[in-house]
Amino acid sequence: MRRALALLVLALLCVLAAGCGGSADDKSAGGTTAAASCEKGDLNLVSDGMLTVGTDNPAFPPWFGGDEKAPWKVSDPRSGEGFESAVAYAVADELGFAKDEVTWIVVPFNTAFAPGPKKFDFDINQISFKPARATAVDFSDSYYNVNQSLVVLEGTPIADADSIAALKPYKFGAQLGTTSYDYIVDNIKPSKQSAVFNTNDAAVASLKNKQIDGLVVDLPTAFYVTAAQIENSKILGQFPTVGSAEHFGMVFEKGNSLVSCVNDALSTLHAAGTLQDLQDQWLSKAAGAPVLK
Amino acid sequence: MSGGEGRRGVAIALASTVVFFTLLGVAITNAPGWPEVKRTFFDWGQFKDSMPEIADAFLLNVKMFMIAEAFILVFALVLAVVRSLPGPVFFPMRVLGIVYADFFRGVPTILVIALLGFGAPALQLEGVPLSTTFWGIVSLVLVYTAYVSEVYRAGIESVHPSQDAAARSLGLTHFQSLRKVVLPQAVRRVIPPLLNDFIGLQKDTALVGFLGSVEAFKQSQIDAAATFNYTPFLAAAVLFVALTIPLARFTDWLVERDRRRRQAAGVR
Repeated sequence: MRRALALLVLALLCVLAAGCGGSADDKSAGGTTAAASCEKGDLNLVSDGMLTVGTDNPAFPPWFGGDEKAPWKVSDPRSGEGFESAVAYAVADELGFAKDEVTWIVVPFNTAFAPGPKKFDFDINQISFKPARATAVDFSDSYYNVNQSLVVLEGTPIADADSIAALKPYKFGAQLGTTSYDYIVDNIKPSKQSAVFNTNDAAVASLKNKQIDGLVVDLPTAFYVTAAQIENSKILGQFPTVGSAEHFGMVFEKGNSLVSCVNDALSTLHAAGTLQDLQDQWLSKAAGAPVLK
Repeated sequence: MSGGEGRRGVAIALASTVVFFTLLGVAITNAPGWPEVKRTFFDWGQFKDSMPEIADAFLLNVKMFMIAEAFILVFALVLAVVRSLPGPVFFPMRVLGIVYADFFRGVPTILVIALLGFGAPALQLEGVPLSTTFWGIVSLVLVYTAYVSEVYRAGIESVHPSQDAAARSLGLTHFQSLRKVVLPQAVRRVIPPLLNDFIGLQKDTALVGFLGSVEAFKQSQIDAAATFNYTPFLAAAVLFVALTIPLARFTDWLVERDRRRRQAAGVR
């Protein structure tokens, strides 16, 4: 009886194994073929006739503006206000989508560029281009070139530092998997182990508590941190760009033919000066911070 | 059962095992996503590259659970003894013990870590440590003291009341009876569940990474985020397991030794 049962279990496993092998139909067959046309009707979209854009929630200024409206916290990507929201709608316009044909979905920062199928057409979330990331997802061309910067608390010893060399004895913090963290390790090379946080909010809390001396974030985020998140904090300066300029790109599912159409739209917007105008409008303050050498 | 049947049983078990794992292996390696999974989760080169850094960060985990465990074993015993104090005089202390155990077993560990690790330094009181490792250890001690006190209490209650009664009739006070008769038997009985909680504690040290501390899991996250290869998680897992398996065998040995000794005493 017991042996019969064991055989039954084995038989079931055989069926399961066969079932797994048989379901190997290739879902990505349509995704890899390059579309020749960027006509609205020919675009490779998640849902027909709609452009689905992803970003993280809360959506923070100056990247997103407008009044907080559920389900979005702090601001509302659907407002068209804030740099990334404005760029997304400008690109949508170039592709032929009206404002009400753009839908926004919440995509956590770290999952946006993880491998696998995506629920968005593109994700716009201050994601820096990195070759390693580009093996898992596709990036659009740059829509913003960005420098890293350092946020410190007024009146702490680090607030008097005026060069990168003077920063070495301090404890820094940055968000996990960001180029900010890489900048600490590769360029500041501090003598203390840096703290690494899964979210930027945790990093901000840590700076507030003086558990870290300095927070490394990209410059526009630094403006939000100093203006809204931490009283008595200031941008000590921005860091010089090392190597090729760091830039933000929109993220697409690997092999999505939509990339080339969005790149066409971006180059049109760039040539027309629209990207620069939007940058001046929403990120204008970014010009002020001194460069640390 | 004859010898022939026994051998046949072994043969069937062996064949069944081979068939089972072969089928499992075939099913997994033939899955459509296997090459991708193999590349992103089982990359030997990546494993070797990230192991030294993760092993280095793992020392922080070891430090945290060793320090925490020392406090937990003492505090939990005190809590368990408080909860087993007899008489109406000690009622408020028993209530406190119950409230403590209920609260800290009920609140998710990561919330305790977040509340203390970011909350306590935010008070900006003079002399309150800012170290995330410190608050991580404090949180783990608070939470695991609640669990471990329940283990001790189960051990204390498993000692037959006649033992205590006999000790008291010999003129021992309640505390003498507790210390010399009840607790030695109770603790010996709960060594396996104590180790079980110790292993749980070892794993939960990874939660302290939430505060920014770079321990083994956080280091593996850093490596994974940099390369889009999740093999570093495997490296961290290997380190945790490499520590818990010898501990489990050690406990088995302790329990077995204890059993043998008691049997020998019984025969004599």
